[in-house]
Amino acid sequence: MALPAILGFLLWNAGPMLASLFISFTNWSVVSAPKWVGTENYATLFRKDPLFWKSLYVTGYYTFLSVPLVIVTALLVAQLLNQKVRGLSIFRTIFYLPTVVPAVANSILWLWLFNPDFGLFNSFLDLLGHPGFMWIYDERQVIPSLALMSVWGMGNTMVIFLAGLQGVPTQYYEAAEIDGATAFRKWLHITVPMMSPIVFFNLVMGIIGTFQVFSQAYIMTDGGPNYSSLFMVYYLFVQAFEYGRMGYASAIAWVLFVIVIVFTVLIFRSSPYWVYYEGGGRR
Amino acid sequence: MSSQASISPGVLKRRPVQKRIATLITYTLLGIGSVITLFPFAWLVRSSFMEMSQIFIVPPEWIPRPFVWQNYPDALTTVPFGLYFLNTVKIAVGVVLGTVISSALAAFSFSRLRWRGRDLVFGILLTTMMLPYAVTLIPTFILWSRLGLVNTFTPLIAPAWFGAPFYIFLLRQFFMTIPYELDEAAYVDGASPLYVFSSIMLPLAKPALIVVAIFSFLGVWNDLLGPVIYLTDPNKFTVAIGLAQFTGMYTAQWHLLMAAATVVILPVIILFFLGQRYFIEGITLTGMKG
Repeated sequence: MALPAILGFLLWNAGPMLASLFISFTNWSVVSAPKWVGTENYATLFRKDPLFWKSLYVTGYYTFLSVPLVIVTALLVAQLLNQKVRGLSIFRTIFYLPTVVPAVANSILWLWLFNPDFGLFNSFLDLLGHPGFMWIYDERQVIPSLALMSVWGMGNTMVIFLAGLQGVPTQYYEAAEIDGATAFRKWLHITVPMMSPIVFFNLVMGIIGTFQVFSQAYIMTDGGPNYSSLFMVYYLFVQAFEYGRMGYASAIAWVLFVIVIVFTVLIFRSSPYWVYYEGGGRR
Repeated sequence: MSSQASISPGVLKRRPVQKRIATLITYTLLGIGSVITLFPFAWLVRSSFMEMSQIFIVPPEWIPRPFVWQNYPDALTTVPFGLYFLNTVKIAVGVVLGTVISSALAAFSFSRLRWRGRDLVFGILLTTMMLPYAVTLIPTFILWSRLGLVNTFTPLIAPAWFGAPFYIFLLRQFFMTIPYELDEAAYVDGASPLYVFSSIMLPLAKPALIVVAIFSFLGVWNDLLGPVIYLTDPNKFTVAIGLAQFTGMYTAQWHLLMAAATVVILPVIILFFLGQRYFIEGITLTGMKG
């Protein structure tokens, strides 16, 4: 039954992936033929390119802030949207809306929200008597600002949690209620363990996703100020499509690839200690 | 028994007040959250009724003056959105059907069937999501052009029928939360894996399947890169390309872009509104011990 998926991998993915690995060992500008240079791209990357290290730090920092923030918020909102209240369908749709607003419109809006002089955030802080921030226009504030913005994009994560909450058998809650369990205890001892496979999914996907952040840097910050939002994929994009250095860009991609795999393997290895599978897990 | 008897009277008295406070808190949080999340959408809609000069006035204004209803007919006629809608729906139907069917089958196999090398193969499938799209883009394009299928919908639809790792992983996680006793009981009665899949797993994982359908539809609807790369004939363009044309061809006609964007996201909102009804509280496992 997994055959189509395996076939699909061999047909559409394996070839291009191997091709990009090959390209990472060459100098290739798309228009001319690739020239084999061995590990030169990787050597340059690790030894002579401070911007690569910068992009690695920026991406890691963003992942560290954004992933937990999004997962916690999304789970709380999903629970809020899983109660019996009037107008539930409307509330659910409203909370999903930011996810469907086109990226371009969203980015323009956020450029205004973050604007230090007349943006909404600083106007609001001004009302509270706070001097306000420089947001994405400051080297140290740009990544936290973008992480804050990523919370608005949590709609998909939230919906996955919402679907997950439907899988918790109602009998468990009823049994706990008879035993006189408080709402918090029910949450801690029933909801959390039952949701751990879904948290696991969102954690892995969150890390894969944040390592590939591109559009915010492309539309809003151009990787700045002073390279402080130079995400790896944005750096890769600049190398590939602005400087035409496909080989070098592919080398960046493969370093990123290996880092994400290491993270994913670590999370998978840790899962027996914190992920509870009703189905009994590995069988 | 005795503990239950001692708790009951207190519980009976306290419950209604506690419940009412809890409901109040829920509504307050939902209200505040709604205002915050409605912001991008409200901004989009108000911009769609404005003249271009008013959209970027500083500080921003919320009431269009004058109200420019004309933006809508203008936006929908300068770009042939009717045709683009039709094209996008064609692709979306193919992709959504393919994704749901093939991903559910694969997820079932990766979570419930036992075969040698299963977890390794699953791991390799996952890795395809970890390599940035930008670097496999050109090799993939070369592959499709060798097959002579550029400028057809095939490169956009066909891969969906071979399972998408993201959805396989998602559905696998959902299948793994379903108690094993259910399959075992069915197998004891002589059921085939296909029967267990279609009669036990699919009904219980309905919310997850709805999620896959919504996400893959939204993916097609918003995908700009795929159509831009593979479609060259304007008669085959999609709504995402239509939106992009307002920023390219007509050098950023923001008021028309906002009006078109509002129309384009409506089907997605409706689809989500309809789909979320299947997220109803808790599955009930009849005949199971609590």
